Amino acid sequence: MNVTLKVWRQSNSQSKGFFSIYNVSDVSEEMSFFEMLDMLNESLVEKGEEPIAFDHDCREGICGTCGVFINGRAHGPISGITTCQLHMRRFNNGDTIIIEPWRAKAFPVIKDLVVDRTSLDRVMMSGGYVSVNTGGTPDANAIPISKVNADEAMDAASCIGCGACVATCKNSSAMLFVSAKVSQYALLPQGMIEKKIRAQNMVDSMDEEGFGNCSNTYACEAECPKEISVSHIARMNREFFKASIS
Amino acid sequence: MKLDAKIPEGLLAEKWTNHKFKINLVNPSNKRKYKVLIVGTGLAGASAAAALAELGYNVEAFSYHESPRRAHSIAAQGGINAAKNYPGDGDSIFRLFYDTIKGGDYRSREANVYRLAEVSNNIIDQCVAQGIPFAREYGGLLSNRSFGGAQVSRTFYARGQTGQQLLLGAYSALVRQMNTGKVNFHARTELQDIVVVDGQAKGIITRNLVTGKLESHAGDAVVMATGGYGNVFFLSTNAMASNGSAAWRAHKKGALFANPCFTQIHPTCIPVASGSQSKLTLMSESLRNDGRIWVPKKKGDDRAPGNIPEDERDYYLERLYPSFGNLVPRDVASRRAKEMCDMGHGVGATKLAVYLDFEDVIGRNGKNWVADKYGNLFDMYEEITGENPYKTPMRIYPAVHYTMGGLWVDYNLMSSIPGLYVMGEANFSDHGANRLGASALMQGLADGYFVIPYTIADYLSGNTGGFSDTSASEFIETEKGIQDNIQRMLSIKGSQTVDEIHKKLGLVMWENVGMARNKEGLKKAIIEIPKLRKEFWEDVNIPGSSNSMNTELEKAGRLADFLELGELMARDALEREESCGGHFREEFQTEENEAKRDDKNFTFVSAWEFKGVEKEPVVHKEDLVFENVKLTTRSYK
Ligand SMILES: Cc1cc2nc3c(=O)[nH]c(=O)nc-3n(C[C@H](O)[C@H](O)[C@H](O)COP(=O)(O)OP(=O)(O)OC[C@H]3O[C@@H](n4cnc5c(N)ncnc54)[C@H](O)[C@@H]3O)c2cc1C
Ligand code: SF4
Ligand code: FES
Repeated sequence: MNVTLKVWRQSNSQSKGFFSIYNVSDVSEEMSFFEMLDMLNESLVEKGEEPIAFDHDCREGICGTCGVFINGRAHGPISGITTCQLHMRRFNNGDTIIIEPWRAKAFPVIKDLVVDRTSLDRVMMSGGYVSVNTGGTPDANAIPISKVNADEAMDAASCIGCGACVATCKNSSAMLFVSAKVSQYALLPQGMIEKKIRAQNMVDSMDEEGFGNCSNTYACEAECPKEISVSHIARMNREFFKASIS
Repeated sequence: MKLDAKIPEGLLAEKWTNHKFKINLVNPSNKRKYKVLIVGTGLAGASAAAALAELGYNVEAFSYHESPRRAHSIAAQGGINAAKNYPGDGDSIFRLFYDTIKGGDYRSREANVYRLAEVSNNIIDQCVAQGIPFAREYGGLLSNRSFGGAQVSRTFYARGQTGQQLLLGAYSALVRQMNTGKVNFHARTELQDIVVVDGQAKGIITRNLVTGKLESHAGDAVVMATGGYGNVFFLSTNAMASNGSAAWRAHKKGALFANPCFTQIHPTCIPVASGSQSKLTLMSESLRNDGRIWVPKKKGDDRAPGNIPEDERDYYLERLYPSFGNLVPRDVASRRAKEMCDMGHGVGATKLAVYLDFEDVIGRNGKNWVADKYGNLFDMYEEITGENPYKTPMRIYPAVHYTMGGLWVDYNLMSSIPGLYVMGEANFSDHGANRLGASALMQGLADGYFVIPYTIADYLSGNTGGFSDTSASEFIETEKGIQDNIQRMLSIKGSQTVDEIHKKLGLVMWENVGMARNKEGLKKAIIEIPKLRKEFWEDVNIPGSSNSMNTELEKAGRLADFLELGELMARDALEREESCGGHFREEFQTEENEAKRDDKNFTFVSAWEFKGVEKEPVVHKEDLVFENVKLTTRSYK
């Protein structure tokens, strides 16, 4: 199949970006979306042009490194997967595909489709942990945890930190990301002890980093490749609310 | 050169405890005088950075990733071993030790492996305390499953995302220390070389991958946890950016490289589908708990799997290995799959695949049960292949997965360069000639949380600390060498892309230094690889400049090292005239096509010394001494 790509190009964070148009032919159905981009990049290099920079690593949907807008949707047209998991069988011959980086104040563009998401690390630094040191911890089975809670904590912990929720939110809020972490720990006895202060600190940090507020449009849940539920936001609001009045 | 592994005296079970007591400590108030440079923040690096900072050391951590939450470790699916014996099925520290030594085909050190088994239980305690949501039973206790090469259930897991959860746990400990200022993390920063001053590792030179700027960093010790080099094959299950450059550059500075030819080929990966394939995807070994591997008995049978009746299927692992069945170790399962395909029983379009079938277990326990355990793997498979594994068996084929070889380290995890420590997949230490499933995560975290915090003190206490002189001539010269090398690559402007040459290297490696090796093929590789190296240095084309983000330049630097490392792997495989674990030499096999070890002549670690790119390297041998296990022929029958 042949496709036409409209790709955002930007040399660095200072420069102005623009769309470039590329025609890619001989794309096969088995190719992943990134393999299609690889093929285009190879041909650009052969012409002595700089390839399109995009972030990726595991290419199996777990590391959270990848992520672009494809035709206006974070991670592309299929729900519940990352960009790297998208395969070309989802497109048709003759399609025009528009590819853009995440757009959010807290995620400045570094180059082309690559953005800087270190703001998420700083939010994590403010409280995304249980305060235990290495060694001297009790036996792992000392505190039984109900399977229901452990499973729900695992659902929340599945967040891959890709930032699609932020990029897709009209307020650029990181509420889904933050609430998933707060929720994971709040559900487990080990994390429960610090739950209030954690929620407070992470939300404060989110504000400082330039992420917006949550106005409950739930676009984040719809585009999250790990289908993290907005019910975590509700749980966090409860925890945070408790934190601010106590 | 005399290799001293520094294995402590005494009984096996007491060595680590005695050693911790005997080695020197740094007193708590002095720790802040020392700075440790940690390169790599995967499981091994992140856990070490957190643990050392908690103790009071100043840590500078580096990763080419944008965040310590990203590293190849995150992709580990199946689980992590520990000798907890929660299921009460007869496990013990000694059994985990024994299985690991045996699984490694008796090519690892007893003392190291025992220590690994010993601290395995602490790891699980630590992870639970960090809030890692391991799988649990309805009663609230932790759940276990079994993995290849073991007859007990000792693998802890978090759905099919164990590596992710463990890494995020280590990351949480690390960000906590970043918040206190004890760890300074350098994102998108790639090590280019280490700096050795007066015979000791005292610093590193890095390149900022966003601005291209080279920087010098000085410290009192350097710890490398930079992962494995499986991507030398181009196609592997490793993350795209995984590479061997950090280890290789340290090797060129004098660190010995041990057992480079010990590569693990994982039996259950999604087969190659097209020529444009960029990487291979693993289907976790845990699937072998419930899936059954088979091929059609008839050669070239083109019927759909569902149309092949039961008695025309060959469940060859169950047939050949009745006691371990589908759970034989990886090297055995991989080689048998290749053999079946070579004999014409392969399935799918390319005929380079075997079936992994879940029909029985779905019939027995229902689809929901299977979905609860393996749902994400099944979804992943379907997304890639377009086939639904609940309905039709998976097609799988072996792929390069892990490198047991790595920089040589002593019992303290120190390389042959004083002050340079190596942890995780980057070292060679614990898995011998074959790693058992769920043991890499265990080793990475053992090294980082529970070994290095003790052993590094022994070295640091002999130094005054506070080394910070980046103006020393060693730094200036090393940096200049890197600058020149980068300019040299950029100025070639030839006709081939980096990936074109990498794919050629991958093919030479896979065909000659892959799953089955022989003298002729290895000799061929030793001739072919230098030719490709020459092609690279004369004909590669790297657009762009060195002072901005340049992904082609990054890849080129890594490929340049693979083009040297690959040759060493072939040399090592050629010299090791025996078959053991993942190293299968066709000339050395039993009548039943099993690996035939030569314990009399090859019970040693090959530690290679670099002598120059076009010069022959020199091998040093560390004899392996077995006092607690008897060397037997591995049998999984
Ligand atoms: C698909 C897959 C599944 C697996 N499943 C399991 C499993 O179920 N159980 C198990 O036990 N093992 C498993 N393994 C193996 C295991 O995941 C790895 O061996 C282990 O995670 C390696 O950890 P590490 O910390 O040594 O290195 P990595 O996680 O590879 O981390 C390397 C770090 O070093 C950094 N780095 C490297 N070079 C440089 C440089 N030059 N400059 C700066 N930074 C650098 C990287 O940025 C990264 O931070 C699996 C492996 C794969 C491929
Ligand atoms: S919540 Fe979902 S979309 Fe947001 S960072 Fe996590 S995985 Fe990505
Ligand atoms: S590249 Fe890792 S999630 Fe896409």
